[in-house]
Amino acid sequence: MTLLTIDAITVNYGRLIALRNASLTLSQGETLFITGPNGAGKSTLLKAIAGVVVPKAGTIRFAGLEIGGWAPEDIARRGFSMVPEGRHVFGSLTIEENLRLGVGMRVDKDAAERDLEHIYSVFPMLEERRHQAAGVLSGGQQQMLVIGRALMANPQLIAIDEPSLGLAPKVIDDVYAVLLKLRDTRGLTLLIVEQSSARATMTGGRMLLLRGGEIVLEGDARELTRSDALKAAYFGYGEQH
Amino acid sequence: MTALLQILFDALSLGSLYALAAIGIALIFGVMRLVNFAHGDYISFCVFALLWPSIEATAFVFAGQLPPYLLIPVILTVGACLSMLSEILVFRRFRNANPATMMIASFALGFVIKYTLLMLFSSRPKSIDLWPSLSLPVEIFDARIPLLQVITIVITIVILIALVAFLKRTRFGLEMRAAAENFTMARMLGVRANAVILLAFAISGMLAASIGLILVTQTGTVDIQMGSSVMLVAFIATVIGGLGSLPGAVVAGFLIGGVSVLMQVILPFDIRPFRDAFVYGAVIAVLIWRPNGLFMPRSAKQRV
Repeated sequence: MTLLTIDAITVNYGRLIALRNASLTLSQGETLFITGPNGAGKSTLLKAIAGVVVPKAGTIRFAGLEIGGWAPEDIARRGFSMVPEGRHVFGSLTIEENLRLGVGMRVDKDAAERDLEHIYSVFPMLEERRHQAAGVLSGGQQQMLVIGRALMANPQLIAIDEPSLGLAPKVIDDVYAVLLKLRDTRGLTLLIVEQSSARATMTGGRMLLLRGGEIVLEGDARELTRSDALKAAYFGYGEQH
Repeated sequence: MTALLQILFDALSLGSLYALAAIGIALIFGVMRLVNFAHGDYISFCVFALLWPSIEATAFVFAGQLPPYLLIPVILTVGACLSMLSEILVFRRFRNANPATMMIASFALGFVIKYTLLMLFSSRPKSIDLWPSLSLPVEIFDARIPLLQVITIVITIVILIALVAFLKRTRFGLEMRAAAENFTMARMLGVRANAVILLAFAISGMLAASIGLILVTQTGTVDIQMGSSVMLVAFIATVIGGLGSLPGAVVAGFLIGGVSVLMQVILPFDIRPFRDAFVYGAVIAVLIWRPNGLFMPRSAKQRV
């Protein structure tokens, strides 16, 4: 079942075109990695889905509805959870308050309590400090918190901008283990931005390369990394490096 | 001792008014980075809601005749409605405008409210005797303190406790605190922007209404300018407290009230009429010392 269809969207910030004519589809339970150099439009693509930036052209369909022009909170309530770049924890709220913010739109409160326990079991550090202000956490701990918070909404689709950034390798493994388990048990769909292709190769799934605001390559993550196509596309066809 | 007690009550009751007004401003600034200069005119509007429109010099008391248990909810509702209406009709259109544009819009709205009142009631201050029994003094440790001062302080404490309970213990409060810190992220977690902002306006409007009721009981007059002077001090208090910080707004409100009363007492008699120059001089000194205010809210620190 197709969960997300992006059809030829263009996003610009003033005169700067951040995303040009980008299209992609995502099926439920699928894993899609988006990679590409800095400033390629990866974060913009996620923000467009989240409703934080409004595309100038093109359409976005999510869970059967055209969501172009919707408010971010309405898109979130349809089952889209977003972990944007730059760890936006609410520093003056406690860790538990941060997590509970994610469940506001859920009606299944009992299941939400079980999910909270589950997040705590994956990241015991969060439970130990549940009543402390989130602002005192280290960068890596904040990253765990925002990912946990996004999962608390029990989304259909979770989009994470650079989950590995600032996390210890062991914790990255834990984060991916949770995400993949939710994918396999609940049919959670994953849309993950990673600068490097290493994690995509390890996890498997589809991969898409953005460069200069355009999708330049798309295919199976492992096949793409095995061939030289990815490297060539990352730095640009035919250019000398 | 008794003189000291009197000064203390003067300072606390004046500070209470400033603190209540400052919270009303800080709440709105927190959720939408708007310094709402129309807030003072909400206060005036609520006070005029006690009267029946007329340009005569004498006041035709209207809602003011109601018994307190009806009058207070009615005036609070008037404040909340006016405030919510200004969000729906005016500020919502400026949601993505820059803060200066929003501020100018709030100035303009303030003038619209002020001149509407002027048209309906004329500019002459009118006298009204609301709850005269509250002006009677009570004796506390030999000091004769006006009952109204005691009530003002108690009401302010009750409002502050209720506000803290709301912010810390309810879902809406949690969402409001999150929205004040990072609005976009809160929305991405499903927090309904319009509902949170509208609620903030409702609370802010009720705070303005409470100030109006206290002011009119204190002074016995209804005057178009009565909101503006409180608003000015309250705005200064929110800046000194650190724009957007609620505890900061409260502390700074009481601080300015305290300093004003203290100056009134310690300044030589001839200089007292110029008290405000000294109060605002102290304000400048504080701002030079702490340009971001005494309590900088986390939201201002963490913006990336």
